Amino acid sequence: MRVGSRIARHLLGFATGGVLVFLYFPLFLVVAYAFNENGTQAWPPAGFSLRWIEEALRNTGLQDAFLTSLGAAFGATLIAMLLGTLAGLAVGRYKFFGRETISFAVIFPIALPGVVTGMALLIAFATIDLPLGMMAIVIGHATFCIVLVYNNVLARMRRLSGSLEEASADLGADSFQTFRYVTFPAMRSAILAGALLAFALSFDEVIVTIFVAGGVKTLPIWIFHSFRLANQVALVNVVGLAAILLSLVPVYIATRLTADTGTVGRT
Amino acid sequence: MAQTDVRLEQVTKRFHDVVAVDDLTLDIERGQFFSMLGPSGCGKTTTLRMIAGFEEATSGTIYLGDADVTNRPPFKRDVNTVFQNYALFPHLDVFENVAFGLRRRKVGGPEITRQVGAMLELVELPGYQRRKPNELSGGQQQRVALARALINHPRVLLLDEPLGALDLKLRKQMQLELKRIQTEVGITFVYVTHDQEEAMTMSDNIAVMRAGKIEQLGTPEQLYERPATEFVAGFLGVSNLLTGRVVAIAAGDRATAEIELYGGRRVRGPGEGLTAGAEVKVGVRPEKLRLAAPRDEATNGAAAAGSNLIEGRVIDASYIGVSTQYVVRLNGGQDVVVYAQNLETSGVAEQHPVGQQVRLTWQPKHTFVIAAAAPRPTSQGGSDE
Repeated sequence: MRVGSRIARHLLGFATGGVLVFLYFPLFLVVAYAFNENGTQAWPPAGFSLRWIEEALRNTGLQDAFLTSLGAAFGATLIAMLLGTLAGLAVGRYKFFGRETISFAVIFPIALPGVVTGMALLIAFATIDLPLGMMAIVIGHATFCIVLVYNNVLARMRRLSGSLEEASADLGADSFQTFRYVTFPAMRSAILAGALLAFALSFDEVIVTIFVAGGVKTLPIWIFHSFRLANQVALVNVVGLAAILLSLVPVYIATRLTADTGTVGRT
Repeated sequence: MAQTDVRLEQVTKRFHDVVAVDDLTLDIERGQFFSMLGPSGCGKTTTLRMIAGFEEATSGTIYLGDADVTNRPPFKRDVNTVFQNYALFPHLDVFENVAFGLRRRKVGGPEITRQVGAMLELVELPGYQRRKPNELSGGQQQRVALARALINHPRVLLLDEPLGALDLKLRKQMQLELKRIQTEVGITFVYVTHDQEEAMTMSDNIAVMRAGKIEQLGTPEQLYERPATEFVAGFLGVSNLLTGRVVAIAAGDRATAEIELYGGRRVRGPGEGLTAGAEVKVGVRPEKLRLAAPRDEATNGAAAAGSNLIEGRVIDASYIGVSTQYVVRLNGGQDVVVYAQNLETSGVAEQHPVGQQVRLTWQPKHTFVIAAAAPRPTSQGGSDE
């Protein structure tokens, strides 16, 4: 029993290590090549250099793509926060005819293959004469970003005792004050966590974007194109490095916000 | 006449086709500690929630003082509630929780600080201002919830099983504490509980509820000594109920009924409201019964002096510290519970061993008589008041 468990422990450790290598070795390569002096993606790196980082900072095409992605993600997240929160509050708080249907309808887009969403949006935009481009990207991304905020808000609502709002009304707060001083503060961290996930999802979205972008290049599309151009492949590694670092921030914050089960709003 | 703080007039609440509160009429006087007692589903919490404004009455009128508040939302009613799960705001500290009501009424900052401090003194949590609710024990959260409600000096404080989540020892302590605080602030308390002992400990008046109606309303003593229905007799404490029939009513200063028990024995009890020939249940509490050996001199004397007397055989005796609990099977076949106080020694159990023939005596004034076979006895009022 004891001996067996020791072997099992070693095996388990070995497997864990294997999984971690499997997950992180590719990322390690991206980071390593970002500092590769000759700018190729070949092992071993020729030497350490910051030259590609400087070059990336000067590249206007890259800058435009980055700002476009940022803008699209902000727009989509804003819409998602607003609509996702309202939908979550409505479904979580009230009983009404068609509630389950609405819940399903809001969640469904995230399960839908991106190709279908992209195609459908393209057809719809053509039908209503909405030009492809930034606006189309924002709307397209929002369709599946809403789910993330909605799910977070709904989960918080379910955990939140309904008597909190009753207590607020009991203590003299009208419905607006109750929302402002009780419901919203209790929801705040859930909304924020959902928004961060929505932002991350929108920022690297490719499939739907390809359909509705028109000529606009978001960062993922820029990377996708540049990857095949020999003179830009070094920059792609730098962008990869930047993206890895940036991703750590929202993931960390989102984990902190939602892991805190007992209370809300602790920062 | 004392001022009425809460008045319900023919209030009914239906949830779809379930009647939770059924044509309830009730007056609660100012300054009372008033309890609504009953099993779950009897409508006590729904009644409380209608007074608070969380539930809308299907029909009927609710008054707070002289004001008709039937259609007012909770935030426009001069009542505050202590919730079963406390419902403290998790994102606010103790100070802001307690100050919540004052802030809504735009009370000034220094005044809020002073009042919150005083209120936390009252509930014995001074210095806890900056704690978060999740850093407090259940009992402490309970006190904060109480302070948060009382700071608004409501006309009525509503308490919905507030001690339900606490352990027994803490619950006993909080019962005394609640009574102390109520006496201190002088606010009318309306208290909902399913725990008869809790209700008896604290209340000035208790409404025993069942199936949306008030079964009986009275002081703890009235309910215990003169339960009007079998349900009340069984819900508050232990009762012995013996089937019988009224054979005669002797009028007098206080009417006395002579009742023939199943098995032929005749006993006497209060006769108000009874008619000869009526089927009744004769009730007597276990601690009112005297147990004696058949040829005990004192018992014979007592019976001669007008005590009721029945006979039976001890079938169980258990020593439970402060008293010994006997079960006596009557000659008619019914079982009666007797509590004999252990005044002398623990040897009492041996005085009446299992199998012994015994006599039980009790005074007619300790008897209560309940009209039997009345499926829904008239609900209102103590019968002898």
